[in-house]
Amino acid sequence: IDYTGTEPSSPCNKCLNVSWDSTPPCTCTINFTLEHSFESNVFMYYGLSNFYQNHRRYVKSRDDSQLNGDNSSLLNPSKECEPYRTNEDKPIAPCGAIANSMFNDTLKLYRIDNDTRTPITLIKKGIAWWTDKNVKFRNPTGDGNNLTALFQGTTKPVNWPKPVYMLDSEPDNNGFINEDFIVWMRTAALPTFRKLYRLIERKNNLQPTLQAGQYSLDITYNYPVHSFDGRKRMILSTISWMGGKNPFLGIAYITVGSICFFLGVVLLIIHHKYGNRNTSADIPN
Amino acid sequence: RRLETHKELDLDDEDLAKLQRFTLPPMNIERPAVYKQTTMRPLRRCQSARAHFQGHTRNRSLGRRDSNQSQVAFSSTIEKDVAPDSRLLRRVREAALQTENLSPFIHMKTSTSLTDFFLALAICNTVLVSTATEPRQRVTVPPPIKHSGITLEKIHQIFQRLKLASLSQSFSSSQSSSDLGASFSAKNTEEQLAALDCCDDDCCGSGRGEELQGKGSTDIGSASLDEVFKSVTNSSLPTEFCYEAESPDEAALVYAAQAYSFTLVSRTPEQVTVRLPQGTLLTFDILYTLGFDSVRKRMSVVVRHPLTKEIVVYTKGADSVIMDLLEDSAKADISAEKRMKRIKEKTQKHLDYYARDGLRTLCIAKKVLNEDDFQKWANFRREAEAAIDNREELLMETAQHLETKLTLLGATGIEDRLQDGVPDTVAALREAGIQIWVLTGDKQETAVNIAYSCKLLDQRDTVFTINTDNKETCESLLNLTLEEVRKNYEVEKPRRKFLGIIPTSFSASEAPSPEFGLVIDGRTLNVVFQGGLEEKFLALTKHCRSVLCCRATPLQKSMVVKLVRRQLKVMTLSIGDGANDVSMIQAADVGIGISGQEGMQAVMASDFAISRFKHLKKLLLVHGHWCYARLAKMVIYFFYKNVSYVNLLFWYQFFCGFSGSTMIDYWQMIFFNLFFTSMPPILFGVLDKDVSAETLLGLPELYKNGQNSEMYKLSTFIITMLDAFYQSLICFFVPYLTYEDSDIDVFSFGNPINTISLLTILLHQALEMKTWTLFHLATMIGSVVFYFVFSLIYNAACVVCNPPTNPYWIMEKQLSEPTFYLLCLLTPVVALLPRFVIFALRGTFGASLILKAQQLDKLPKGQQDLEIQKLRSRKQTTSGAPVASPASNDDLEQNVSHLCASPFLHPAAAAVSHGDTESWGLSASEVNPLGKQTPEEGYYFFNRWAEEESTATAFPGHYPLVPSRVTTTGQDGGKLTKDNANNFNHGSHRRSVSAVTL
Repeated sequence: IDYTGTEPSSPCNKCLNVSWDSTPPCTCTINFTLEHSFESNVFMYYGLSNFYQNHRRYVKSRDDSQLNGDNSSLLNPSKECEPYRTNEDKPIAPCGAIANSMFNDTLKLYRIDNDTRTPITLIKKGIAWWTDKNVKFRNPTGDGNNLTALFQGTTKPVNWPKPVYMLDSEPDNNGFINEDFIVWMRTAALPTFRKLYRLIERKNNLQPTLQAGQYSLDITYNYPVHSFDGRKRMILSTISWMGGKNPFLGIAYITVGSICFFLGVVLLIIHHKYGNRNTSADIPN
Repeated sequence: RRLETHKELDLDDEDLAKLQRFTLPPMNIERPAVYKQTTMRPLRRCQSARAHFQGHTRNRSLGRRDSNQSQVAFSSTIEKDVAPDSRLLRRVREAALQTENLSPFIHMKTSTSLTDFFLALAICNTVLVSTATEPRQRVTVPPPIKHSGITLEKIHQIFQRLKLASLSQSFSSSQSSSDLGASFSAKNTEEQLAALDCCDDDCCGSGRGEELQGKGSTDIGSASLDEVFKSVTNSSLPTEFCYEAESPDEAALVYAAQAYSFTLVSRTPEQVTVRLPQGTLLTFDILYTLGFDSVRKRMSVVVRHPLTKEIVVYTKGADSVIMDLLEDSAKADISAEKRMKRIKEKTQKHLDYYARDGLRTLCIAKKVLNEDDFQKWANFRREAEAAIDNREELLMETAQHLETKLTLLGATGIEDRLQDGVPDTVAALREAGIQIWVLTGDKQETAVNIAYSCKLLDQRDTVFTINTDNKETCESLLNLTLEEVRKNYEVEKPRRKFLGIIPTSFSASEAPSPEFGLVIDGRTLNVVFQGGLEEKFLALTKHCRSVLCCRATPLQKSMVVKLVRRQLKVMTLSIGDGANDVSMIQAADVGIGISGQEGMQAVMASDFAISRFKHLKKLLLVHGHWCYARLAKMVIYFFYKNVSYVNLLFWYQFFCGFSGSTMIDYWQMIFFNLFFTSMPPILFGVLDKDVSAETLLGLPELYKNGQNSEMYKLSTFIITMLDAFYQSLICFFVPYLTYEDSDIDVFSFGNPINTISLLTILLHQALEMKTWTLFHLATMIGSVVFYFVFSLIYNAACVVCNPPTNPYWIMEKQLSEPTFYLLCLLTPVVALLPRFVIFALRGTFGASLILKAQQLDKLPKGQQDLEIQKLRSRKQTTSGAPVASPASNDDLEQNVSHLCASPFLHPAAAAVSHGDTESWGLSASEVNPLGKQTPEEGYYFFNRWAEEESTATAFPGHYPLVPSRVTTTGQDGGKLTKDNANNFNHGSHRRSVSAVTL
């Protein structure tokens, strides 16, 4: 569901020209209908278009050791983070353009059932790779678990409304190990990409995860994409054993399989017709 | 009968010797009648022959040489076993005895000249002597008198006992002391056997030196005589000499002298010791050594004779040079003059015979100086040596000053035996489309003869010979020949076109068109180079199947090579083994040195060194082909590899805003070329054999594949590049479409691409590869395994390394996803499908020879041979055109001048004369009407009996601009007979010879 709001009719049109730090945040609601019910676990993605997260300078504008919880890097981030390295003589944590541009829309999904909006539980844990959360991304170490104290001496990224230690209320999803943050930090390969936002778990075996019907999406519209002609989307998808839904591989396999079969037949015919002349005694010149 | 007489004579000899203690032997009587006429005896493995004046010996020698060619492989050991001719040997001994006993009081002219001849052979060189016990005997000066005394005494003793032995074993001995010593003190080695062999032959006079027989008698003889000789060997000198010579020719001459019992015992800078047949050691003081150089074409030593105290100059050099320098006999009395002239003529005739037999000829001459003259000259020489300016020239001048008015002693002919397999190799190379030139320093006759014997020239070929040293003549000759050739060419052309249309069956019945050969000598080459006639020359040579350049100096050789290389824009290869080939080897694109007799200079200067000429066939046809195929494929493959890989990154730029970012981790990218895809291509480039060696040798035409650059053409390149583009497109876009609009991150996207590309590139190589061994398979699989192992370890271990980004856990994650495997299966298949189809279609429809050869390889052995035969025969019938038009862009320079060096000694008659004035007299022309004979068989022989410029003291002022003058008959006589002989000789090969002499 595109909620960029470029069209005037879109409910989010009013939020089109938001800036990073607009207060109060612009909110909008988009209603949509699911034709089919989603049987298994549903993955909720946000999708961005025309966002070159794979740009060379963007990709390297990060400091992995800082994100890994290295205290010296925390206070002295890598040069790669420039120009998002320091702000007002304080090191930025997390530094770099990637972190700075973190997606900060808030999406909420409601099921509209007879005009009553039932919020759907969105699970925000388990969206990042396990290794990323537990190995690659670590909060700085120090005495105590008070993240505020640990991030002492650093400042928030320029575009962020809140510092990194206030991303979430839960301590194991806060700071650098916030999963939204981790997901964002895994830079997408292509300019049009989606990133996992939330999981919707199937509650029991009796009901499908998402029934067909009316839904509404509440958006806290913070992330400006209009300046670079970007688009924002919300995607709901299930995944099979093969990953996300993409018919290409199947088509490709079928196509290549047929071509190979065809060629096989052709070559067999050719071989049958002309093939044995090379091994026969008289080789024509 | 002969055997008996010989025995008789031997006994006689011996008795007399015993009686008179080696005074005058009785054989003298014979000598005046048959002045230096000796028989020639064929011996196995080694020949040394004294030429007859009569024709029949020559014929015999011819036949014998032919038979030897097939038997004898190479000459490295042969040069030592020079078996002397029995009668000559005897006469030499007598002569030596004479000199020993009678000189300096009595001068027997003939005998001394004989002795002198061999002395010169032994002395006039720069050979170093070393023995088994005492290597390189430089300083030792054996006390000559004492030794000889002892030896003589001992020998006498030996002879007495020997006689007893010979009664029972019919081992009569006419051996001289030195021979016995040499043979028996170390009888194990082959040379000694050979030497003994000849002694036995000598005794029984059978004239057929069967080695077995010789061996047998040796055993018998030696067994009984062992004890006798034990006493001798203690006192006598070490007798097994090793000679280290600058050239094998020199060594050959020394060995020849040794065979006639003139053994070079030691050489120091001041003295040279020679053991005479009687065992006397003569120590000459070397006063000066005038070294060999290619301008003078001779070398001299000035020695003081120990007995006569005369100062003698021994000169050894090219016959043409020496003949010019011979003593002007004008001041002598008439009869002497006549005799001298006759001697000269005869010698010249012999030399010509030798040359025609393919022997390398040298003349030996001497000059006796009186003390005053010598002192005068020595002063000059010292001055020259001390001179600062123009030292070289002054030295040359003094040398030339000394080397005049020589007395001819004799001539030698050294056989430069063809190595094994030369004609075969030449034929194969020619079949492979290589044009062969011969650049040699040998005489023209020698060169032509060698060319015939190694099938370089065919009997049917039309051979043009150009000898002149005048620009205009040369030019007109070139024009004339060119016209002639073109005329023939023109005639052929329509027919060839016809052949092009209907390429089978007709050509077989047609007589093969005449091929052209060109023979040109060094002087003419000089003219060509100086007179700006290169282009005409080359135009002519382009039409010729083979070109022979004789009497070419090393500089000329390299100039010819450079000329061909520059003007014809062809790849040149020089092969040679001598020091004088070095410049040529270096001038050519490819230089090949044959290691062998002539030292290592050629090998040092060459790119490749081989030990036999015949190995050139394998080197070119097999290794050359492989090398080309590998190189061509490798070059293309590397282009392909890099294009297809780097293009992946390029395609990605469309999706990253052209910012130059990569979706593959840097390290994996670096290692991709460095490790993951390096070993298989290296193996491919080193070991791949597209066609087996046997097939390549069997079908020399396959070599043309490389000459015409069939594997690395523009079209091949473009196709490969397109293929590379296609493959990179597939490798990028299949994953792209798969992962499009997903939450794939940069490195997770790059990882399958990298893997796919690796698989594709390796499998592509697997398609290209023709040779599969376990090793290949192992590296192939190893590369892939290594890639995965490395990636897994790297992606697991590198958490924060390689900032700012790293592919942590990417591989592990990917390997747990089925999409990855599906991609890796599908994409390489799609990428390689077109190439595979092309290969398959080419394999079915393709008509290229290489492919056919590859198919042949797969057949079982017997059938394979059969197929090769069939292919070959087909080729021969249908390929009249390709052979007739020498692939001008594939010339191959070749020096076959030193194909072999087995000394074939003709210690020739000492005094046959051929005046040099006469040579000049012949410089007018005489057109033989025979020349207009059937061109198929015609042998145009433009000849000019002129001498080398450098030595022409009596250089004539006139050059024949127009070939009109008929020479005075008196001098012409000798020449005409020569021509007749020529006619006769070649006539037997159904080749009509016509001489156009300019």
